[in-house]
Amino acid sequence: MLSHLPILQVIVPLLAAPACLLLDRARAAWLFACMASFISVVISGLLVFQVHQFGVLSYSLGGWDAPWGIEYRIDLLSAYVLLIVSGIGALMILAADTAIRIEIPSERQPLFYVLYLLCLAGLLGIVATGDIFNVFVFLEISSLATYALIAQGRDRRALWAAYQYLIVGTIGATFILIGIGFLYSLTGTLNMQDLANRLPALESSATAFTAFAFLMVGVCLKLALFPLHLWLPNAYAYAPSIVTAFLAATATKVAVYLLIRFHFSVFGVGFAASVLPLHSIFLVLGLVGVFVASLVAIQQPNVKRLFAYSSVAQIGYMIIGIGIGTVTGLQATLLHLFNHALMKGALFLALAAIVFRFGSADIRHFAGLGQRMPWTMAIIVIGGLSLIGVPGTVGFISKWYLILAAFERDWWPLIIAVLLGSLLAVIYIWRLIEVAYFREGEGESRGEAPLSLLIPTAILALANIYFGIDTRLPVYLSDSAAQMLFGGGP
Amino acid sequence: MTALLALQLTLVVPLCGALLIALCGRWPNLREAMTLSTAGLLFYLVIQVFGAVERGGDEAAALYVELWQILPGLHIALHSEPLSILFALVASGLWIVTSVYSIGYMRANQEKRQTQFYVCFAVAIFAAMGVAFSANLLTLFLFYEVLTLSTYPLVAHKGDDKARAGARTYLGILLATSIGLFLPAMMWTYFVAGTLDFRSGGILEGNIGGIGATILLLMFMFGIGKAALIPVHRWLPAAMVAPTPVSALLHAVAVVKAGVFTIAKVVIYIFGLDFLVDVPHEVIAVYIAGFTIVVASILALRQTNIKRMLAYSTVSQLSYIVLAVLVLTPLSEIGAIVHIVAHAVAKITLFFAAGAIYIASKKTEINQLDGIGFRMPITMAAFAIAALSMIGVPPTGGFVSKWYMIAGAFQVDSYFVLVVLTLSTGLNAAYFLPIIFRAYFRKESVAPPKPHGEAPLPMVGAICVTALLTLLVFFLNGPLVAFEMAVLGVPR
Amino acid sequence: MLPELYNYWVVIVLMMIGFYIVIVQGNLIKKLIGLNIFQTSVFIFYISVGKVEGGSAPILAEGVSVYSNPLPHVLILTAIVVGIATMALALALVVRIKNAYGTVEEEELQERDLRC
Repeated sequence: MLSHLPILQVIVPLLAAPACLLLDRARAAWLFACMASFISVVISGLLVFQVHQFGVLSYSLGGWDAPWGIEYRIDLLSAYVLLIVSGIGALMILAADTAIRIEIPSERQPLFYVLYLLCLAGLLGIVATGDIFNVFVFLEISSLATYALIAQGRDRRALWAAYQYLIVGTIGATFILIGIGFLYSLTGTLNMQDLANRLPALESSATAFTAFAFLMVGVCLKLALFPLHLWLPNAYAYAPSIVTAFLAATATKVAVYLLIRFHFSVFGVGFAASVLPLHSIFLVLGLVGVFVASLVAIQQPNVKRLFAYSSVAQIGYMIIGIGIGTVTGLQATLLHLFNHALMKGALFLALAAIVFRFGSADIRHFAGLGQRMPWTMAIIVIGGLSLIGVPGTVGFISKWYLILAAFERDWWPLIIAVLLGSLLAVIYIWRLIEVAYFREGEGESRGEAPLSLLIPTAILALANIYFGIDTRLPVYLSDSAAQMLFGGGP
Repeated sequence: MTALLALQLTLVVPLCGALLIALCGRWPNLREAMTLSTAGLLFYLVIQVFGAVERGGDEAAALYVELWQILPGLHIALHSEPLSILFALVASGLWIVTSVYSIGYMRANQEKRQTQFYVCFAVAIFAAMGVAFSANLLTLFLFYEVLTLSTYPLVAHKGDDKARAGARTYLGILLATSIGLFLPAMMWTYFVAGTLDFRSGGILEGNIGGIGATILLLMFMFGIGKAALIPVHRWLPAAMVAPTPVSALLHAVAVVKAGVFTIAKVVIYIFGLDFLVDVPHEVIAVYIAGFTIVVASILALRQTNIKRMLAYSTVSQLSYIVLAVLVLTPLSEIGAIVHIVAHAVAKITLFFAAGAIYIASKKTEINQLDGIGFRMPITMAAFAIAALSMIGVPPTGGFVSKWYMIAGAFQVDSYFVLVVLTLSTGLNAAYFLPIIFRAYFRKESVAPPKPHGEAPLPMVGAICVTALLTLLVFFLNGPLVAFEMAVLGVPR
Repeated sequence: MLPELYNYWVVIVLMMIGFYIVIVQGNLIKKLIGLNIFQTSVFIFYISVGKVEGGSAPILAEGVSVYSNPLPHVLILTAIVVGIATMALALALVVRIKNAYGTVEEEELQERDLRC
């Protein structure tokens, strides 16, 4: 049983999805989805433990050995990301029952869980598999589920956003497919390990370079790297709140994982450097992304949109970490994967509570919210402080490592730019705090969101503080993973 | 009980106190008993720690406890040294007095949300203790932010538009400066020095040079917004919308002193006096402090509201401390430390008096005070003593600190400092003496609608105690100065 | 160069046509047609890559020693399925957009969003 964990991680939600379809009552579907999600968390926890204990796990699907069969390969990096995705996924589903009550018509609610589980299965699959074509398949599974989930939003603009995301996402996925095709025609294998062994000999090949370029652009479309981020704000703003929370905390993280996986494991660190100044490109795009997206975020009247732009900015930080091109820089990226999942999860779930009360997350509903929904606002303040990077929250830890990485390189302008970027976050968080605490609300009485929504949100908010103080787990995992990717250590 | 345990308990006790106060919210008498007993217990604990620090030797050196490691090299740790024990003694001692006073004030004024008030107060004291006993800059920063956040509800206590506007300025300036300047300065320090521990002699020497050190110093000075240097001083007058006990303890003692205390810590234990002397253009910082002293005094002169006047007076007095710290001679450091105490007891007396006047007569403006000395003789006598301390007239604590500041300035022949001190003494006299004059030598122009006497007994008692302390600082300055000198290693 | 690699040229031309339609066309259905052409070009790319000159279908038979590579063909079957699913979903979305907005023209859509 334990040796089958890598495939169980994917297969449990994947099979739970159609089974969910059979349950026609929303509550039953919810309970079932909860069960499947929590089993996933347990599995990913066990996987982390196993990888820590025994090293890399390799699982041959159907007994066909790699490179002929599909290999599932769990190393520290994938175990770490699996833990993030399944953990956040489980917390979100806890809140989902309440959160979708007003946002999705009751007859469609069971279907919501089907899509949710499919999306989760796709995301977990991308991370677990060691076969690049399998990556494409899971990417499309999760993407298709995502398009449908976004289209569930109450606003009709959700449909338009979903359509736009579908076009962009399909182009991105097709780019990845082209890249995979080139790699296969060049090396004759789809297994990542095999590719990593064969590609160094072909470093000067134009085909390898083309494949690399297509893969990078495709992945960057998925992860909404500036300037390929245009689909994201609309999609996040109009999707049902719980979907936004789930996507913000997991989908972009998985895309960053893919970027790291292709860049470091498949092609190797040296490859990109030999053909193009990829790291400089990452640095520039990341920085521009941080500034442009933060500046746009400051002006948003819709708070969901505000945090969507903030997500684009935060992705910029992750890309900067990669662009620094050192172990510490990569570790900063990996830490921010985890930390950003926690903060955006908490923030978007808190927004779900606000949407639950007022029907939208427009900033005018925030007036006087400090008195009317004190707990929800307290959570938003914690998430906001974390986003800024105040000590005592997780945001500080990732900023600290990012600056440490820049400092090791003696890149003072970068340090100053990162700090200025944090100040922009101060501005947009302050806007919310100002409206919520210093403006009088209109007539509406005090009333919190239901506990079923508040508790998962509070758990995430507390996790923001807890992991900001007890940093051992994420720091250990990210450190080992970063060293592994650079070819040293475990 | 060992001193080390007492040191840790100084953080636990106010937090537990806050919890108990919250739980006893329904029974006001029990709640107030909780506040008082927590304050008493805390003071006892601080005395225990003080004993150990005073005895010195191994016992004092062992007063270090690492609570948690956030990242390698980044700890949350507590440590007690002479400077911190002094701040802790002042804050915890005056908390007892203020608690007695607030019970009288809050009940007489029939304030709403009293439980929230006392809970936040206890949390603020917890944060102040944390600031006092921080063993490194990171720990200090964390408690500094907790102090900001926990005092915000106190400032916004009234809940009307004015209170909200004041609280907004308060929170905005304090958060923006700490996140925008203090935090980056702290990171910078860590990256060049490899540690954030407070060490005697500083940690920056040899790690940063030239203009970088000057910029870092300025980042610290303005980043620590609680020290209220111009132009980041505006939060302090804005915070005066809070109930008077808050203004008294927090905005004359705990919060603002946390600011100057932090600056003193940074100058003495991060930069190190010997290193800072060599920093180019260090004198800019002295000019900023001197400028703040004079300008804030002039602004105080123009105020008509008693509390606002006191707030500007605080801004100016805080810069005395910053200025004295930056003169960088041992004697001026002593002056700074003594002034932390002297100003604390005097300014709290002034605020207590202002609050007593408000409770007894509902008067808040200076020009309403004609003849009030005859209606409230005890209060105004205390006010007069404290005002004299502000000016620096013996036999009050203010004289002692000013004496050491001037002595320190002479040591380095800094005529700028001497001029500033003289000028501001004149200005202080110019805004305090007219009030005393009005109170005693003018006839009441209109009789108050209701004839009144003194404020309720707890308040008057508290005022008497703090006024007495103001005098005591003068008469007992010997042991105080000796204690600090011994520790800073100053030859007598 | 052209004759030997003509399959790649076909792929590139199709791909560009598809891409162009996606970007330029304002009609949501036409955009999808463009997207479909774009995807199809990649399918053709995979299929032609797997073809071995003179090779037969990969069925064991006597007298045949050269086989085409079956793997890309299998892969592309999966990709085609994915493509169909995408297209079905996209069309469903367009139907709902038409119901919600009453139009499938991009410009009119944006206009109507701005108005409300």
